[in-house]
Amino acid sequence: MPSIELRNISNYVCQNVNLKIFDKELLVLLGPNGAGKTTLLNIIAGLIGYQGSVLFDGKPVDKLPASKRKIGYLFQELALFPHLDVASNIAYGLKAQKQSQDEIEDRVEKLLQMMKIKHLSSRYSRHLSGGEKQRVALARALALSPEVLLLDEPLSSLDVQTSKYLKVELKQLIEELGVTTIYVTHDLVEAEEVADRIAIIQSGGIQQAAAPQEVFFHPKNELVSDFIGAPNILNCDCCHSLGQGIMEVDCDGLKILVPHDGDMVQRIALLPGDVYISNTNPPGPQMNRFKGTITAIKPASNVTRIEVKVGKKTLLAEMSHRLFEDMDLVLGKEVFLIFKMRRIRVYENKNNNGVK
Amino acid sequence: MNKLKRLRPGWGIVPIIIFLGIWELVARLNLVPGHFFFPPFSTVAAEFYYLTANGVLGHNFLSSLARVLIGFCTGSIAGLVVGTIMGWKEFINKALNPIVSLIYPIPALGWLPLLMLFIGINEALPIAIIFICSFFPILYNTATGIRNVDRNYIQVARTLGASDIKVLTTVALPLALPNIFTGLRLEAGMAWRVIIAAEMVAIPTGIGALMMKAESLIRIDIIIVCLIVLAVMCLSFERFFAFWETRLTSQWR
Repeated sequence: MPSIELRNISNYVCQNVNLKIFDKELLVLLGPNGAGKTTLLNIIAGLIGYQGSVLFDGKPVDKLPASKRKIGYLFQELALFPHLDVASNIAYGLKAQKQSQDEIEDRVEKLLQMMKIKHLSSRYSRHLSGGEKQRVALARALALSPEVLLLDEPLSSLDVQTSKYLKVELKQLIEELGVTTIYVTHDLVEAEEVADRIAIIQSGGIQQAAAPQEVFFHPKNELVSDFIGAPNILNCDCCHSLGQGIMEVDCDGLKILVPHDGDMVQRIALLPGDVYISNTNPPGPQMNRFKGTITAIKPASNVTRIEVKVGKKTLLAEMSHRLFEDMDLVLGKEVFLIFKMRRIRVYENKNNNGVK
Repeated sequence: MNKLKRLRPGWGIVPIIIFLGIWELVARLNLVPGHFFFPPFSTVAAEFYYLTANGVLGHNFLSSLARVLIGFCTGSIAGLVVGTIMGWKEFINKALNPIVSLIYPIPALGWLPLLMLFIGINEALPIAIIFICSFFPILYNTATGIRNVDRNYIQVARTLGASDIKVLTTVALPLALPNIFTGLRLEAGMAWRVIIAAEMVAIPTGIGALMMKAESLIRIDIIIVCLIVLAVMCLSFERFFAFWETRLTSQWR
């Protein structure tokens, strides 16, 4: 399975893209709609024109047409051939490569079993559900044992339940096959769940490519930070475990409980949506609850963002416009912040265990 | 619902029988002024038998049929081939489309005077007319059908290692079948309409010519016999292609 390298790739959408995808890696290409994710996949597949160079294992493949690049490509629209039944859809690539009838039957049988769609083999795509179509399309993309797998929003058209189930299966399958995979999505949570590394793409350029934690805790620029939801990132001075997988960390004087068990915590991050604001001191134990003063109110497109100064730190919270109006929040008002503990992300300091 | 379905094939004949009955009655009771011009159905049926028995109808019918078959087959095959190339290769489409767009709207019979002078009045003339009448619409439908195939299907096929020609024959053409059949179905009927007109105007044999002779002899019964033959032929040609269209595409459409 090859590593993939993109060198100075440009076309009408992408601008000077440089990216390396390692052997057997699952790289998630994450970005908003229109960022150029699909375009980049099409470039790697050789379906559209571009300037620059695509290398598989260090060898340029720019001259190779799509049919010779040995790529499995799962289109966002899936594009199951409507005039062929499920088995023929899966067999299409094998037939195009002129494999023998026996080999084709064997391989199709295996794929049908692997994707658990044996009972569908003689159905046509119009009689399949979304999840079933997804499985068939994936089986078809895997039929030729591709060295590179391109998945364009593989779960976007599915209902939550099906996508949850398929996501786990998909990740397992990719690991088993050991195929170098580029997985496109616009969903941050999905990206974090499946990715070995995440590459954030925006306006046709790669903004940052790193491990999910790295992207979250060290966003390289404003664009990345904005895209992942402008999280509150707090540096921790010291921490100690309370047992049961809970640790108390001290961030600039704020004592915060985080779900963590293991190495020292260097930083924590909390998305503004996971910070609640209350006018009154909420009941219950005074943990992860802080008193602060509103210092700024910023209306955004579908939420209102509120900056609250707590001790020396300024934290960002957000709420719907409607809730904001109901709560009667004004600058300088004293409010209480509540952190959703389970949503706090933790960045371990693996290199420097001495910090206390 | 089930009962209705079982009865359906038989039911189609009932309105026809009623229609023929009314026709017979109206003609026999002299309900139409100038009844001389309006033979009852029984007379027409008798004439049909007579014309068939003495071979006149068969002879004329076969010459029309041969012209339609030769002209239609060559025209649609040529249309299919050129249409496929135009639909598949953008630059050929760009080159030919303006010409085709200009020629396509000319009614097939409009070519008749020109072809009479170019070809002369012989067997090649009706065949040429039918050729033109089938060629352009089928070309148009094929090219449109192929061009309308979702790009994604073609790109998927490419990533699955299919060569250009393979993509065309296994994806683009099958998916264009509905369009192609629309063309074939319409033109199969149209070929009969055109051949009759051509035979009426220029050719001395065939169903159309028989009708013109009958007209000059004021033999309305013969004219009606010819019309019935025509109706049956148009219908069966169209049904033939409708049948194959359903057979080939209904599973996935």
